[in-house]
Amino acid sequence: MNLNRVSILVKRTFGILILLLLACIVAFPVYYSFMGSLMKNADIVSSPPRIWPEHGLTWSNIVTAVHLIPLGRQYLNSFGSTLAITFSQILTSLLAGYALAIMRVRGAKIWFALFLGTMMIPGEAIIIPNYLTIASLGLRNSFIALVLPYLASGFGIFMMYTFLRQFPMELVEAARLDGCSHLRILWSIVLPLSRPAAASLAIYTFLTHWNGFLWPLLVAETPQMQTIQIGITQLQSPDDFNPGLTMAGAVMAVVPTVIIVALCQRQIVRGLTAGSSR
Amino acid sequence: MSTSAPQSAGQNSSIRSQQIPVEKPEPPHRSQTQRRSQRTPITQYWYFLPASIVFCIFVAYPLFQTLRLSLSGTDLFGSADTFVGVRNFVRLFTNPDFVKILINTALFALYTVVPTIAISLVISLMLNRESLVNRVFRTVFALPFAYSVSAASIVFSAFFNPATGLFNEVIKQFGGSGVGWLTDQRFALLSIALTTVWMNIGYNILVLLAGLGSVPEDIVEAARLDGASGLRLQHYIMIPLIRPQLFFLIVTGTIQSLESFGQIHVLTKGGPASSSTTLVYDIYLHGFANNNSNFGYASAEALVLILVVAIITIIQFGGMGRKVDVA
Repeated sequence: MNLNRVSILVKRTFGILILLLLACIVAFPVYYSFMGSLMKNADIVSSPPRIWPEHGLTWSNIVTAVHLIPLGRQYLNSFGSTLAITFSQILTSLLAGYALAIMRVRGAKIWFALFLGTMMIPGEAIIIPNYLTIASLGLRNSFIALVLPYLASGFGIFMMYTFLRQFPMELVEAARLDGCSHLRILWSIVLPLSRPAAASLAIYTFLTHWNGFLWPLLVAETPQMQTIQIGITQLQSPDDFNPGLTMAGAVMAVVPTVIIVALCQRQIVRGLTAGSSR
Repeated sequence: MSTSAPQSAGQNSSIRSQQIPVEKPEPPHRSQTQRRSQRTPITQYWYFLPASIVFCIFVAYPLFQTLRLSLSGTDLFGSADTFVGVRNFVRLFTNPDFVKILINTALFALYTVVPTIAISLVISLMLNRESLVNRVFRTVFALPFAYSVSAASIVFSAFFNPATGLFNEVIKQFGGSGVGWLTDQRFALLSIALTTVWMNIGYNILVLLAGLGSVPEDIVEAARLDGASGLRLQHYIMIPLIRPQLFFLIVTGTIQSLESFGQIHVLTKGGPASSSTTLVYDIYLHGFANNNSNFGYASAEALVLILVVAIITIIQFGGMGRKVDVA
C-alpha cells in the first residue's frame, strides 16, 4: 500500500519534470523574444549569444523600433481594421444565423450550404482578383481595402448557426405572439443571450485578423497604411543583424494576442471546437 | 434519467393540450404568422443580404475571375485580357520548376502536420488532468498560438542566424559545425517547417485538450477498474475517443500548411534557388513580386490550389459523415 503510493508519487513527479522540460522548450521563443527585446547588443549579438542579460536591460531597442517605423500609426491601423472586421462579422453572422436557425426561412439548407462553401475557397487562391477589384475601385492603400473582403465569413455564420440552433424557441414564439418584429427579437432577446457565442467568435476573429499577413502586405503600400505585422518585418535588414531590434518589433505585435490567449482560453477553445465537434 | 425524460415530455404535452383552447380564441395571430411565412422570400432574405454581398464580390466573383484569368495571357501593359486557351496550364505542367514546387508543397505539409500533431498529442495526454499546475502548463503551451506568422518568423530568423544564432550555437556546443538553416537548399524548407510547427502547437494542444476533456469520466474509470493504466489507457481508450479531434486537426492542418505564406516570405522569400517555394508562394512570385503581374500563370496555379483544397475538404466531409454514423 505504502510502496504503491510512493511509486505513484514518483511517477507523477517524473511526469511533471518531463512536462516542465517540454514547457521550457515550447516557451523558450516566447521568453527569448520578450527578454531579447530588452537586452543590450553586448548580450544578444555576442558570441556565444547569451540567453540571460549580463549587462542589464535597456529600452533602446523599443525606442529605436518606434523611430524606424511608424509603430503607433500601424498599431492604430491594426486595431482599427481588426475591430471593424470583428464587429462586422458578428453582425453579419448573427443576421444570417438568425434567418437560418430561428426564422428557418425557405431554402435555409441551400443558403447554409452556400455559406459553408465559401469556407472551402482558400483566400490565397483568389487574392489576385480581389486585389484587382480593390485596385479598380481605387481603394489601394486605404483603410477600407484592409477590411472590405472580410466583413463576413462562412465560419462566423457556421458558428452562429450551430449556437442558435439550440436557442429556446419558446422565447421567440412568445415574443412573436406579443407582436415583436424579428429585428426587435434579434436585438433584445437573441443578441443578449448569444453573448458567449459572440464572444468566442469575436476573439477568434480578432486573433485571425490581427495576425493577418498576405492581404495587408498587398493592399497597404506605404508604411502609414501598413498593419503592425507588415511593419515589423521592415525592421529586418539583410546586412545588419540586430535581433534586439527585431524582437522588440515582434513583441509589440504579439502583446495584445498574448494577453488574449492567456486570459480567454475557454472562449478560444469554444471557437476552435465549433469546427471539430460535428 | 431515462424514465424522467418521457415523463416531463408528457407533462409538457399535457400543458400544451390544455393551452390549445386558450389559444383558440385568438386566430388572428395564427393567420398573421401564416401570412408572414408565405411572404418570407422578400422580407426575411434581407438577413442574408450583408453577408451575401461580401461573398458575391469577394468569393464568388473572384472565383469566376480566377478561371477567366487562367485562360488569359498578359499583354505588354500588364492587363490580362487576351484569351489564350489552356496555354497557361500547358506551361504550368511542362515546367519542371512547377513539379518541384508541388513536391515542396507536399513535403511542407508532411513536415508540419505530422510533428505538430505528434508533439501536441503527447503533451495533451500528459496534461489531461484538472489541476492548478496543469492549468499553468496549459497556458504556457497555448502561448505560441498568440504569435503571428510574422512575429514567429522574426524570432526564429534570429535563432537561424548562421553566425550568432542560438541553433548553431547549440550544435557547436555538441561539437558539430553550424548549419546554413535558411541558406542551405537542404534545410530551408525544414527550417520554415520547424517555425510553423512551433506556431501551431498551441492551437493543436487546445483542441486536443478540449476533446480529452469531453471524454466521459465513467469510461476512463471503467477502463481503470479493468486494469488499464498509463500508456495502455492512453493508447486503447483516450486516443480512439479523440479521433474526431485528431482527424479535424490533420485536415485543417494540411489545408493551413498548403496556404502558408508569411513564414516563407519573412524567412527565405522562397529561396535559395526556389528550394522553399510552395504553391501559394509561387502564386505571389508570379502575380505580385517585382511587379511581375503574370496574373494568367498565377491564376492557373491558384486553380490547382483550389482543386487540391477542395479534394481535401471532400475527404473531410466524408470522414465526418462516417463519424456521425458511428455516434
